[in-house]
Amino acid sequence: MKRHLTCALAASLLVAGLAHAEERTAITIASEGASPPWDYIDENGALVGFDIDVGNELCARMKLQCTFVAQDWDGIIPGLLVKKYDAIMAGMSITEKRKKSITFSMPYAVAPNQIVMRKGLGLPPSDITAKLSLTDIDAAKKETIEKLRESLKGRTLGVLRSSNSEAVVQELFGDVAEVRSYDSQENLKLDLTSERIDGGLGDRLVWKQFLDTPDGKAVEFFGPELSGGTWGPGVGVGLRKEDTDLTEAFDMAIEASVRDGALGKISQKWFGVDISPQLAK
Amino acid sequence: MDITLLLTSTVTLASGIPLTLLLTFASLLAGFVLAVPLSFMRASSRKWLSLPVLAYTYVFRGTPLLVQLFIIYYGLGQVGAIRSSVLWVLLRDPFWCCLLAFSLNGAAYTTEIFRGGIQAVATGMIEAAQAVGMSPLQIKRRIIFPIAFRSVLPSYANEVISLVKATSLASTVTLLEITGLSRKLVSETFAPYEIFLAAGVLYLGLTFLLTGFFNALEARLNGAPRAKAHTRRVALQQVTHEL
Repeated sequence: MKRHLTCALAASLLVAGLAHAEERTAITIASEGASPPWDYIDENGALVGFDIDVGNELCARMKLQCTFVAQDWDGIIPGLLVKKYDAIMAGMSITEKRKKSITFSMPYAVAPNQIVMRKGLGLPPSDITAKLSLTDIDAAKKETIEKLRESLKGRTLGVLRSSNSEAVVQELFGDVAEVRSYDSQENLKLDLTSERIDGGLGDRLVWKQFLDTPDGKAVEFFGPELSGGTWGPGVGVGLRKEDTDLTEAFDMAIEASVRDGALGKISQKWFGVDISPQLAK
Repeated sequence: MDITLLLTSTVTLASGIPLTLLLTFASLLAGFVLAVPLSFMRASSRKWLSLPVLAYTYVFRGTPLLVQLFIIYYGLGQVGAIRSSVLWVLLRDPFWCCLLAFSLNGAAYTTEIFRGGIQAVATGMIEAAQAVGMSPLQIKRRIIFPIAFRSVLPSYANEVISLVKATSLASTVTLLEITGLSRKLVSETFAPYEIFLAAGVLYLGLTFLLTGFFNALEARLNGAPRAKAHTRRVALQQVTHEL
C-alpha cells in the first residue's frame, strides 16, 4: 500500500513536471551587469554584453521568451535557488563546488584568466603568452607557480568576491600576499587605479578591455594565462537541478549554435576572438 | 533550515566582533569629541558660529552614509592630488576611510542631539551659576553640559545603537567585520538564510549589551544621589515628622 502510494505520488509529480515543462513559454535569466564585455549596464540602463546576446540567441532557438535581470554576483546562486529567476548567464564557470548547489548546461564559452599588476612595481619580467592549466600540477608547473609566489610576496591582490579567482588566489598566494575581495569588478578596478591594491586575478578578456581604457594604462598582464583546476571546463548556464527539461533545451541550443557558428560570431563581436567551445565532430 | 550551519557560522562570524566594536567605539569617541564643541557653536546665538555647523550637520544628515563612505573611499582615491599627499597614508586604508565616514556622520547627529539638550537647560540655572561668579567656560563645563547630557542620554543611546549597525557598511569597502565575514561565508556555502540570521543574532547581542549599559548609566545619572548609608535616617525622619 505504501509503495503504491509512493508510486502514485511519483507519477503525479512526474505528470506535474511534464505539464510544467510543456507550459514553459518564458523564462527569466539573471546576469551580473558589472563585468564588461561579458555583461554590463549601458548608458541607457539596459543590460548588454556577450552573455545577453548569447542568451537571446539560445532563447530564439528554444522558442522561449527571455527576460534578463541584473543581480549582484554574491547573491546570484541563492537567488536562483529561491526561484527569483530560472537561469544564470553571467560568465559563470562550471565548477565542482557550484555543482553541489546548482547544475550547468554544457559550456558556451571557454575563457582563460590572468593576473594583472600595476606598472612600475619592479616585478621581474614574465611570459604573458604562456598558458598554465591548474589541472594535474606537475613539477614544471609547480616551479612556475613558485616563481609567481616569489614575485607576488607582500603584494595586495584584489579579486571578485565568491569568484573562482578568489579561490585560486587564496589557494596559491593566500599565505604570501594580502587578498581583498570586492563585490564588483568595477570597484576592484577603481582600487587598482587608485593604487590601493597592486594587482588582481580575473577573467583575461575583462582585463583586456580594462587595459585598453585610459585608467588601464597603468596596469599590465603578469604571468601566464591560467585555466583548469578550480575554473573547470568553461562558462555555462547555471540552472536549478530539478529543471532537467530546461538544462536539456539549453544543451541542444548551445550545441546547435556552436556548430552553425552563431556563437563564434557573437564572441567575435564582443571579445574580438572566438571563445566558443571546441566540439567533437 | 540547517541548525548546525547556523551554530557554526555564528562561531565563525564572532571573529568579526572585535573589528565591529573597534569601528563602533573609535568612531563614537571621535564623534563625541567633535560633537561637544560643535553643539555649543550650533546652540550659540551668534550666526557666524552656528551657521557653519548647521551647514555641516545639514549635509551629513541629509545624505546617506553609504554615499558618504563611497565618496571618501572610491571618490577621494580618484583625485591625484590626494593620492600624492600625506593624507593618502590614511585614506588608502579602508579602515581609516570607514572611521572617517562614521565619525563625521555620527558627529553630525550627535551635535544636533546635544544642541537640543543645551538649549533646554533652564536659564535660571545659568543665572544662578553666573551669580556665584563662574566663568562662561566653567558654566558650560559644570552646569550646562552635565544637565544637557543627562536629558539627551536616551537619544544619544539611540545614536550609538544606530552606529553599531551602520558599521556593517564597512563590508562594502572590503573590510571583514561581522557583515563582511557573512558575505564571504555566503559565497562559500550559498546559504544566505542561516548565515545572515547568525549575523543578526550577533548584532542583537551587541545591541542588548549596549542598551543595558545605557539603561544603567541613565539610572545612575538621573536617579537621586546614591546615599545608601543615609536612607534609614531619612526614612526615620519622615516617620517622626508624620507622628
